[in-house]
Amino acid sequence: MTQYTLSNLRELEAEAIHIIREVAAEFENPVMLYSIGKDSSVMVRLAEKAFAPGKVPFPMMHIDSKWKFREMTEFRDKYAKENGWNLIVHYNKKGFEQGIGPFTHGSKVHTDVMKTQALLEGLSKYGFDAAFGGARRDEEKSRAKERIYSFRDKYHQWDPKNQRPELWDIFNAKVHKGESIRVFPISNWTELDIWQYIRLENIPIVPLYFAKERPVVNVDGNLILVDDDRMPKELAAKAEMKKVRFRTLGCYPLTGAIESEADTIEKIVEEMMTVTVSERTTRVIDFDQEASMEQKKREGYF
Amino acid sequence: MNIRDFLDQDQKKDLLRLLTAGSVDDGKSTLIGRLMFDSKMLYEDQLAALKRDSKREGHAGEDIDYALLLDGLKAEREQGITIDVAYRYFSTNKRKFIIADTPGHEQYTRNMITGGSTANLAILLADARKGVITQTKRHTYLVSLLGIKHVVLAVNKMDLVDFKQEVFDQICNDYKAFATQLDIPDITFIPVSALKGDNVVEISNRTPWYHGQSLLEFLETVHISSDRNFEDFRFPVQYVIRPDLQYRGFAGKMASGIAHKGDEIMVLPSGKTSKIKEITTYDGNLDEAFPPQAISIVLEDEIDVSRGNMLVHPDNQPKVNRHFEAMLVWMDETPMDPYTNFYIKHNTHSTKARIDKIQYRVDVNTLEKSDAELFKLNEIGRIVMTTTEPLYFDAYKKNRQTGAFILIDPVTHNTVAVGMILDKVSSDSLPSRITDKEREHIVKQGSLISTGEREKRYGQKGQTIWITGLHGSGKNELAYSLEKELFSMGKIVVVLDGKTVRAGLNRELDYSPSDRAEHLRRVAHICKLLNVQGIICIASFISPKEDIRQQVKEIIGKERFKLIYMNADVEFCRANDKYGLYKLADEGKLSHLAGVDEDYEVPENEFINVENGVGNIDQVITQMGI
Repeated sequence: MTQYTLSNLRELEAEAIHIIREVAAEFENPVMLYSIGKDSSVMVRLAEKAFAPGKVPFPMMHIDSKWKFREMTEFRDKYAKENGWNLIVHYNKKGFEQGIGPFTHGSKVHTDVMKTQALLEGLSKYGFDAAFGGARRDEEKSRAKERIYSFRDKYHQWDPKNQRPELWDIFNAKVHKGESIRVFPISNWTELDIWQYIRLENIPIVPLYFAKERPVVNVDGNLILVDDDRMPKELAAKAEMKKVRFRTLGCYPLTGAIESEADTIEKIVEEMMTVTVSERTTRVIDFDQEASMEQKKREGYF
Repeated sequence: MNIRDFLDQDQKKDLLRLLTAGSVDDGKSTLIGRLMFDSKMLYEDQLAALKRDSKREGHAGEDIDYALLLDGLKAEREQGITIDVAYRYFSTNKRKFIIADTPGHEQYTRNMITGGSTANLAILLADARKGVITQTKRHTYLVSLLGIKHVVLAVNKMDLVDFKQEVFDQICNDYKAFATQLDIPDITFIPVSALKGDNVVEISNRTPWYHGQSLLEFLETVHISSDRNFEDFRFPVQYVIRPDLQYRGFAGKMASGIAHKGDEIMVLPSGKTSKIKEITTYDGNLDEAFPPQAISIVLEDEIDVSRGNMLVHPDNQPKVNRHFEAMLVWMDETPMDPYTNFYIKHNTHSTKARIDKIQYRVDVNTLEKSDAELFKLNEIGRIVMTTTEPLYFDAYKKNRQTGAFILIDPVTHNTVAVGMILDKVSSDSLPSRITDKEREHIVKQGSLISTGEREKRYGQKGQTIWITGLHGSGKNELAYSLEKELFSMGKIVVVLDGKTVRAGLNRELDYSPSDRAEHLRRVAHICKLLNVQGIICIASFISPKEDIRQQVKEIIGKERFKLIYMNADVEFCRANDKYGLYKLADEGKLSHLAGVDEDYEVPENEFINVENGVGNIDQVITQMGI
């Protein structure tokens, strides 16, 4: 019987494909949220696998905060074109015109307006009733209890005390008009699983994940990349070249780099196994307030 | 070992999903924390945050409180209990683990059921000082209900009983005595101290009398791959992939069994057969597929297959039925309304379902069975149900994939219950009842003419004369004679009998108990509709069950319902059998014939008792007071 055993990675892959197909079959208008990060790259590959040799039957949507690393945007446009995705790029027009940004308005206002509000606006605009996200349960404590189908009311809010029971691999896809589901097909993957899969499947990822000499400024202990001229001049003036890489990608002023020599996936994993900082701590937004991720999730952020 | 070797080895490991259940006091979180900590998965900063949090909110004094590391949400931290199911991930050199960590109190039974639904193995904790307590028994019952094949009873806090072997042995014996009445194939006992670390990761020298493995060693080596069902090929079709005219693939996850290229298959429910032409994936074609692979199957022939269908081998088919028994766990805050027409989701197939009968409720603490009208949150019991479309299922014990379902409330859309199908009683002998709630469905008449006005015009009272009795007892003869007599008296009167109604209105219903209940429910409603129009109905139906006749009476209204019982003995009926049904039943060619293979329950409260024959029509009419 032993030949009929899947490796952990293939079992997780099968679980994710099952979830993605289930959503495509049962919802009228699903969308895959695409953040350009490594987890998103894995998600896209899983979606391609789920419907091969056909095309992925739903669009990808990127919520552009307008403060993403330039290399991310370039990667997104190139990859989407090469693979013929139906890609929607949505941003908060009003916030953008008001000039909202992390340097001038702080991380809390920026995240709220350009990420959370923009996301809710994008979902409502197209009337999506299911949105795939790449969140993983091992990322953060409040996510450890997240369902795979996470129910959101018509205000996109999450109520941690009122989650639907979720058993076996039978998912409840019933929603009323205006309500929706966030779906997390890679809930059970760990950071190591993601890297393993990228390595195994040879999935392209944004080069920012790999160590390279880059101009960075130390802002309150975070190494922030000088990515464009919107960084205040007095900060940019303090830039120095360091060999750094990013463990997570987001808005460049809110995402700290780590000094690293890891320029291959193997080296990244090696570094990860011995590293002393867990993944999300390089994301500045988590530290805004006590239990901040839980708060953001209640408001509709992933 | 270099990193490349490490990664190559790591990605080949298999995955064990395990359930832990227990309360704060059991030291469950401490045990998990130690498993994860001692296998070096905690990053240092998580540990630093934990130390900080321990000082502020901890319940463990100056020691590290592992529970804080595990309990995520704010409300839970404040109350000091784990409310929901939390998933944890760790990995050793041999295996990867997903822990579904669930709370232990009775009010969290549904959380444990949720966490356990995908588990291969359960770790239950017993406090060495307290032994096998109610909670241990409850958890064991739930684990067996979910069909989890491996249980570890970790006898914890051995340090507080001086690591005495007698204490451990006594607990093991008590537990075995209890667990034999449940169906758990593999039970392992391990003496541990989660707090001090004995026998958790490494074997302790303080229990020299214990010759088994440490908890972690056991988890790393327990054999789980043969727990899956590789015998019965079941492939619920999830999605049809049709990018062009050349390719038409049926996508899905292998639920059980093995599929080979070239296998003959049958499609359920259509029964059409074909052969597997190709098993396709993004990474190329396969010669065979096994659970839980996600694949697509291409068939040799162009036959009609859609989502919700199931592919099986023609010589190994699941049960196909609309009427079955299940163990049901009620998961919703709002108690069950047994008259709801639920959505049911079973594999990839969705239809509607109603609950015919609650056989019993199980007390999860004592395993005692009792009668119940409905289930409340966390209550569990055995039920009979009927679905609108047939399900293709196996007993849950035999196949976790094709024996499980969820019920969804049609209004709130919550997942209100989950079920595990039983396969012990044949659907023919399952009880049934009319599933309709009358009192709440009474609609105020919209008509401008009242029933009273109609009755005055027609000079009669709208009512139903319900004639019950065995086949051949003369029901129809009486019905039609009565009709003629009443008609000649100038009354407005209608006869309903089985043949007429089944020919049209109820033609999709069969003779199973659930369908017969539905058949009579519809008849009762027609009678009621006609009665309020002032019309007299004569309904001639065997209607052998007292409780169904009572329900018919409730629907029609007791002041308009009069029951005539054709009190004929079987010999009379057999002699009067125009269709030869008794002969067919005797030969086994017909089932469900009252008086032969099914009981006829004699009415206790009939209005008129007509013995052997049609009786005197005038007398009947006088007695009826029409």
